[in-house]
Amino acid sequence: MEILPILSTLRRHKTTAFLVILEIALTCAIVCNAVFIINQRIERIHMPSGVDEQHLLHIALANIGAGKDEKARGEEDLAALRQIPGVVSVASVSQVPFGNSSSNASIKIDPKQRIATTNATNYFGVNITQTLGTQLIAGRELTADDYMDMDDVLSAVARHDPKAIPKTVVITQALAQRMWPGQSAVGKELFMSDYGFTVVGVVKDLVRPSIWDDSIAGYSMVLPMRVSNGEYVVRVDDPKNRERVLKAAVAKLKEINPHRVVLKQHLLSNMREDFFRNDRAMAGLLVGVCIALLVVTALGIVGLGSFWVAQRRRQIGVRRALGATRTNILHYFQTENFLLATIGIAVGMVLAYGINLLLMVHYELPRLPGIYFPVGALSLWIIGQLAVLGPAMRAAAVPPVVATRSV
Amino acid sequence: MFGYYLDLALRSLRRNKMLTALMVLAIALGIGASMTTLTVLHVLSGDPLPGTSTTLFYPQVDPRDMDGYEEGKRPPEQVSWPDGQNLLQAKRADRQALMTGGSVAVQPAQANIDPFFSDARYTTSDFFPMFKVPFLYGRPWSAQEDEAKARVVVITRTLNEKLFAGKNSVGQTLRIKDAALQVIGVLDDWRPTPRFYDLNTGSNYGTTEDVFVPLSTSRDAHFAHDGSTDCWGSGGGDDEHAETAPCVWLQYWVQLDSPAKVAAYREYLVHYSQEQKALGRFQRPPNVDLPNLMEWMDINKVVPGDVRLQTWLALGFLLVCLVNTVGLMLAKFLRRAGELGVRRALGASKREVFMQLLVESGVIGLAGGSFGLLLAFVGLWLVRKQPSSYAALAHMSVGMLMFTFLLAVGTTLLAGLLPAWRACQITPALQLKSQ
Repeated sequence: MEILPILSTLRRHKTTAFLVILEIALTCAIVCNAVFIINQRIERIHMPSGVDEQHLLHIALANIGAGKDEKARGEEDLAALRQIPGVVSVASVSQVPFGNSSSNASIKIDPKQRIATTNATNYFGVNITQTLGTQLIAGRELTADDYMDMDDVLSAVARHDPKAIPKTVVITQALAQRMWPGQSAVGKELFMSDYGFTVVGVVKDLVRPSIWDDSIAGYSMVLPMRVSNGEYVVRVDDPKNRERVLKAAVAKLKEINPHRVVLKQHLLSNMREDFFRNDRAMAGLLVGVCIALLVVTALGIVGLGSFWVAQRRRQIGVRRALGATRTNILHYFQTENFLLATIGIAVGMVLAYGINLLLMVHYELPRLPGIYFPVGALSLWIIGQLAVLGPAMRAAAVPPVVATRSV
Repeated sequence: MFGYYLDLALRSLRRNKMLTALMVLAIALGIGASMTTLTVLHVLSGDPLPGTSTTLFYPQVDPRDMDGYEEGKRPPEQVSWPDGQNLLQAKRADRQALMTGGSVAVQPAQANIDPFFSDARYTTSDFFPMFKVPFLYGRPWSAQEDEAKARVVVITRTLNEKLFAGKNSVGQTLRIKDAALQVIGVLDDWRPTPRFYDLNTGSNYGTTEDVFVPLSTSRDAHFAHDGSTDCWGSGGGDDEHAETAPCVWLQYWVQLDSPAKVAAYREYLVHYSQEQKALGRFQRPPNVDLPNLMEWMDINKVVPGDVRLQTWLALGFLLVCLVNTVGLMLAKFLRRAGELGVRRALGASKREVFMQLLVESGVIGLAGGSFGLLLAFVGLWLVRKQPSSYAALAHMSVGMLMFTFLLAVGTTLLAGLLPAWRACQITPALQLKSQ
């Protein structure tokens, strides 16, 4: 192809050519990073929870006055909830996935360790894993023998009495991998402050109620403690029954004890949606900006292309008169655009890498995967070619007779 | 002359409507996006208490044991009950307040309003004068009432509207978790942005709590504590043992009116830590800090990362739009080389041609800016539809409005400089010859 004449023409339009290259480079750099962030957010929105979201309800109530005999009240609530048609399983819990409020602890492999190994969240409640529908992959579930009353445990902690503190724990696979990489966690002992807990079971996933660092989002433990805080997880037989069961359950609970307020009543699937609302909004915004950027760049190429064509009408006419075909003219402009886009993309890649480095430092983003470079390049080449097509066709339509006319 | 240039500019812009529209649109999009995000950033990174914030400080001490000790690590973000009480009783600052968040069941006297839960702030008396909290009715409680665990409560205007139809409710009784509290004050509208005094509640840009109760009363009446509790050693962190457990769960603020007092207070914190270490309560070497309000906001990265990222993105977008406009204007001006050559040959100086072209780019900037401003209003409206807690705060101020306009016209003029300068370099004779 006739690259040399194109280059010499571009050399005569250095400033304009430079601006086109700059625009393509900036667009390429921003779009590459934006698409990367969009993908990150989408991945986050679809983070596995490890629980059976489509079958779960969450209800939280609070006493208006001072609670009396919470334990008996809790048993009464659970019994009533179990009787509602469509309910498969119920648990009184301390926290739920995506619930935003969590109890967390530093955990160690060795009690003498000065710096904790990591930090994990604590789920409590009888029957909690069965109701949430977590998948046991090693060891056993917690049994009645493991369980102790939360209030007793808290008093024992306050008076440093290790005897009245549970001895067993179920942890997630992610946490097991972090604590004992490549080994089976079942039978190992982990420590919270000075108290040791033997891992009896490992579940596949169980996400934290609140996530401040995605890399530890799956670090959860289930401790054998009975709680009655008026917070319940209900599992239904069919997702279609969720709304009906939720309504019936809330009515039933209010009926048993009217002296309390319903703080929360959700489908767990809605809780997930709420939890990632900001991520979804951010991803949407980024998509919008990417489209706007590409459109502005495309229109800029169309505008400049039109100008160049108008400016070179006579040269085109002369070339046509000297025997160039319409296809030759069309290809000329297409090649010109391809050259500019290629330089722009090359510069853009370097810029994209630089921006990514900045984002890694300031926003704790991971490194931009290599796949984004060819994809970004390809899309900008395509957009450039599409944008230049109109002006190039107009150029090809210039009749040779233009060469003989003065102005 | 300016009128003539304006006329020339408008004529030239009208000659190629599509291109003009394209340039105006590009500028408008860039300006609109940047202004939307800059306004949000401006609102979120603002000073919650202008004029006062420089005298407010957040003392930090480190009561933790040696587990997890690393030199240079910041002290905990809150204080424990004993440290809070010690610092409070020492009264070394001009004003001081110890506080924490909670949630209380409000039982209205009226039968037609169901009981409901309301966020509450348990604090000591200096909270109100120190943070310049405006009162609509009544008064804050006194230090004596703190001491006496008085059953008193201050409520916000919003809650007063809900419970007492906005009437002066001072002297009325509010039932909270079976305790009867006397309303002694009603706050006027007060929404410090961000809600600086407690950054542990998850919504730093939300409204304030509706119920304010003396800290001593809240403990005495067993009101539930909400917010983060960080424990070490064998800490349990439940409400009942909160006073003695090795946990931090309270915020402590002081007012220090002069730099000398700030230095003295810092000194005092070190002495306090040494003394506590000598007593065996503290184990770590003194690790104290005394950031002022805005420094504390920075340390906690209060402005959401996403908002900052969006601002950078919008500015990048504006840059692309400007490069685009520079390119188009350059092409346009150079295309008129013939016309400009004639003007130069007829006696117009380089300066005059330059001015003429700048006026033309200024017109584009003005049009783009106006349109961009409209887009910014649409953008802010969209932001207000977002789920985040700061959504409702996204409003354009007069200052931002002026800034938008200056930014639009300024950047376009800047964008016009290069094309205008290039177009001035044309040699008139050459252009005339080629005609």
